[in-house]
Amino acid sequence: MSLETHATVPGESVAESRLIYRKPDVLLDRSTHYCPGCGHGVIHRLLAEVLTELDLPPRTIAVAPVGCAVFAYDYLGVDFVEAPHGRAPAVATGIRRVRPDAFVLTYQGDGDLAAIGTAEIVHAAARGELITAIFVNNGIYGMTGGQMAPTTLLGQRTTSSPTGRDAATMGFPIRITEMLAQLPGVAYAARGSVGSASMIGKLKVMIRRACQVQIDGGGFALVEALSNCPVGWGMTPQESIEHMNGPVTEAFPLGVIVDRTAVDHAVGRTIAPAAESAVDPTAED
Amino acid sequence: MIGPGEVLSGNRSRVLMKGNEAIAEAAIQAGCDAYFGYPITPQAELLEWMARRMPEVGRVFVQAESELGAINMALGAAATGARVMVSSSSPGISLMAEAMSYMAGSGTPMVLVNVMRAGPGLGGIGPSQSDYFQATKGHGHGDYRVPVLAPASIGEAVELVATAFELAERYLTPVMIVADGILGQAMEPVELRFRTPERRTFDWALTGAAGRPPRIVKSIDLEPEVLERRNLALQQKYRDIARHEVRWEGWQLEDAEFAIVAYGTAARVARTTITKARERGVRVGLFRPITLWPFPTRELARLSRHLKGILTVELSSGQMVEDVRLAVEGRCPVAFHGRMGGMVPTPDEVAGALKALRGKAARK
Repeated sequence: MSLETHATVPGESVAESRLIYRKPDVLLDRSTHYCPGCGHGVIHRLLAEVLTELDLPPRTIAVAPVGCAVFAYDYLGVDFVEAPHGRAPAVATGIRRVRPDAFVLTYQGDGDLAAIGTAEIVHAAARGELITAIFVNNGIYGMTGGQMAPTTLLGQRTTSSPTGRDAATMGFPIRITEMLAQLPGVAYAARGSVGSASMIGKLKVMIRRACQVQIDGGGFALVEALSNCPVGWGMTPQESIEHMNGPVTEAFPLGVIVDRTAVDHAVGRTIAPAAESAVDPTAED
Repeated sequence: MIGPGEVLSGNRSRVLMKGNEAIAEAAIQAGCDAYFGYPITPQAELLEWMARRMPEVGRVFVQAESELGAINMALGAAATGARVMVSSSSPGISLMAEAMSYMAGSGTPMVLVNVMRAGPGLGGIGPSQSDYFQATKGHGHGDYRVPVLAPASIGEAVELVATAFELAERYLTPVMIVADGILGQAMEPVELRFRTPERRTFDWALTGAAGRPPRIVKSIDLEPEVLERRNLALQQKYRDIARHEVRWEGWQLEDAEFAIVAYGTAARVARTTITKARERGVRVGLFRPITLWPFPTRELARLSRHLKGILTVELSSGQMVEDVRLAVEGRCPVAFHGRMGGMVPTPDEVAGALKALRGKAARK
């Protein structure tokens, strides 16, 4: 469905205008429960646009997480099931196996995917399940009031690391997307950000690619979206964007981490053998 | 060992099968679309049978990364309206409890088999009924129940598998079948009375919102008023189940002065004790709950008015006996005899406990 729709609307001056951008119908007309400045709304929007462009809503079955996006089903107009905390990839596996024609999607935060749900995400990825995981990394447990997450930066103060995250007692932040990218079952893994208009554009390309990989039967696909949590980080929305584009992006570098499908989308088939992991070891710095 | 081909050939009506395998085949014959499992003794043969058979019949088998993985796969598949089963054993059921609560809350059907270990903790693999509390009083969190079916033979287990799918889909709830190491791993001749429950159409199943409004399978509502209504509807469902789905078996109760209350393997030991006691002129019968929840409270209460005493026998420290006492409400003495750790009481041991109860009743 093209977004560049010519619309005829009552009212003379409007009738002559050309609609170049409209909200996808699948993004429902509801005000969200997200805090002011939160990145979830942008990511919902991108997902809604991609689903619409790929004509996926009629066959999408999505899995909602526990965390800030727990009520994602109130904002995206597709079939949804609620998963216990962290279990979304297992729930998605069950759906995928009994409904081969469905488009299966999980939407998870960093506490959900990178802490309590590590076993489920690792093994869904290892099995190469044909599911697409949207992983929103804002480095904090937002819904419960801003506690330390597996992705919280060293030194970052949260309500459960009040003097700052100390590696000696609280461990290091996890780059789980790089970890998952090692698995041959992962067809596509990338990290984007909602840090600027151009980054949002790139993130949308990644989400679209991760959805296309599933349509093509390529394997497990995951997009990590760095997102901001002004309230949980104790910052203004503007400060939180700057923080995200600074230290957060330094710790979690942006880019495609692995793409093993190498599908020629013009002909819709694999044209190259699976490429090895594209993780750049120098990216550690 | 009986191969799947022979089971299906229809040449035999009576075959020698392990309980775990018979339960697995019964599920396949009942139309189970998908099975998700994780290895644990003493139910591993069930998983292995499914691994071999489900692909043969074009259905779904996945060995999950854990019991958490397995039951959440079942949750996802069941949310699409598929007929699903999982199986495990005590420590695995503890892990499955989380998703069971979600499925009860969202009204998602599933059949779950627990071939119990002798807990607490890791638990021995010998026959045990130490999960009665877990099965009937709660596994996961929240105000919910699940129907619990307790077969006493492999043949009955085969029948109850189809019943479990029927109950799950009629009441939109997980249903649990509890067995023990003897029922799971022993072999006995089985009458293959397979049954395929009729398919229902579910107006909540997730199939993709093509030409209809989106559907949501969930357990929560943000507004307390709405969430209370969801809970009230659940409680109404449980009252309906308690009214219509109580199952129990009475044996030699017509003239009985004493009754042994026992389920599963313990009931089979009790039968031997009763047969021997009857030879000596003791008027004793068996009251065997088949549904542990809903417990046959009213039926046992009625019976207890005519009894001089009840002996409850379990492979546990005494768990069901609490429900027996609640049903009897002091109308007659209730004694208990149990063994733990994978030990099974002998018929003579049970006879001894029965003798002590009779002595106590006579002194009254």
